[in-house]
Amino acid sequence: MDIARHWRLRRQRYALEGEQCSHCRAYVFPPRDICPHCGEAAGPVHKMSGKGEVYSFTVIHDPPTGYQSQAPYAVALVKLAEGPLITAQLTDVDTADISIGMPVEMVTRKLRTDGEEGLIQYGYKFRPQLSTP
Amino acid sequence: MRHSTADSPQTEETSRNAPQVMRPAHKTGIIGYGAYVPRYRVPGKEISRVWTGGNTPPTVAEKSVPGLDEDTVTMAIEAARNALARAGTDGAEIGAVWVGSESHPYAVKPTSTIVGEAIGASPALLAADWEFACKAGSEAMQAAIGMVGSGMIRQALAIGMDAAQGRPGDALEYTAGAGGAAFLIGPAEDALAVFEGSYSYATDTPDFWRRARARYPSHGQRFTGEPAYFHHVASAGRTLMEAAGCSAKDYRFAVFHQPNPKFPQRAAKLLGFSADQIQAGLVGPQIGNTYAGSALIGLAAVLDRAEAGDRILVVSFGSGAGSDAFQIVATERLAERRARAPLTADYIARRKEIDYGLYARYRGKLST
Repeated sequence: MDIARHWRLRRQRYALEGEQCSHCRAYVFPPRDICPHCGEAAGPVHKMSGKGEVYSFTVIHDPPTGYQSQAPYAVALVKLAEGPLITAQLTDVDTADISIGMPVEMVTRKLRTDGEEGLIQYGYKFRPQLSTP
Repeated sequence: MRHSTADSPQTEETSRNAPQVMRPAHKTGIIGYGAYVPRYRVPGKEISRVWTGGNTPPTVAEKSVPGLDEDTVTMAIEAARNALARAGTDGAEIGAVWVGSESHPYAVKPTSTIVGEAIGASPALLAADWEFACKAGSEAMQAAIGMVGSGMIRQALAIGMDAAQGRPGDALEYTAGAGGAAFLIGPAEDALAVFEGSYSYATDTPDFWRRARARYPSHGQRFTGEPAYFHHVASAGRTLMEAAGCSAKDYRFAVFHQPNPKFPQRAAKLLGFSADQIQAGLVGPQIGNTYAGSALIGLAAVLDRAEAGDRILVVSFGSGAGSDAFQIVATERLAERRARAPLTADYIARRKEIDYGLYARYRGKLST
């Protein structure tokens, strides 16, 4: 596991830290040097709200190396409320209950572990929105 | 809280022996709080079916089980986010993040550093993990009151959270649940509930322990009752109540550590509380014993219901052994802030029943 890479990405992985472009006002996730919409220099840090909806999804039965322990699991394209489309696992939901358009929210969960003695990688997943008053 | 007055002077000897009830230089309170319970439940009947052919009546109807992607870190992060939502702040003013648990994912590398980073409290931060069995979280709360009350930092986050492991087939497997709560401590002027005082009572009592490389804890069976739970809870509770000049009728709610349904009921009786007074804070029967989260999630459930002016007594218990006691009064800010995050009852109601096989897989009891 690449310790340095995960460490560099921790803010975006734990808190959905992206950017809002100061030129075209679009929200950008993951953060980049150049705004993908207007091509100008990327804007200030913006923490996404974590709210979004399922744009599309699939269920993984035969996962890549390192992800077997949580199989089977659903992976979705989530359209964040701010606009960006991101890929993430869905959690806390039966795969039969997932639908396109379902409102979801970001939670921080274990993505993978490097064995019994290795580091634990945490990052974002999405679950059905808990009804909050 | 009343001081000793002139008409009951204390000699030097009695004041040296008198218990020290704790009040910081500046009044502090809870400015935000939040609970977390995972979604899965394994019925007590299932555990009984597998181990005793259904002959042992389960201690609780069901207990909460963390999912495959959950642990004390992930649960603490969610409770912390709920606490911040209620406080209406981001992490920038938090000077300490302290997580108390018996199930920190790392023996070396604090849960608190990951939680602190996730909520934006880094890098100007005290972060350390606390350990004292089921009172690790309330111990962190005592320290948080001190750090904030001394003026050293503006806000401190104290969390009690556990994904406790029960040895398969052991009596404690029926109750070892998962969950807990986070409390953001700050100045009393901003608080939804203020601390009137607190007290801590600890002795060397070997009722329940786990060696560093042991997977499951060991316990002294019935020794965990009288010399452990009841002695420490009653001593801490009684001392704080006497120092406050209060009796049970002066509190609307009392919350005790809840390893099973019977212990807190008996503790309540010992201190003069009615069944009504402990009802709101008694969540153990629905989700099991959340260990370092137990008394704290009971407090969260009480804050979900309390009204301005309600006085609350909280007495935790940690094996080894000790109790932390707190006297708390709700303010008029509670009602509005409560609505900003899910209630404890919302998490308890969110449930998906699983059988013993899935439970054993989720809890990592099956070697592959």
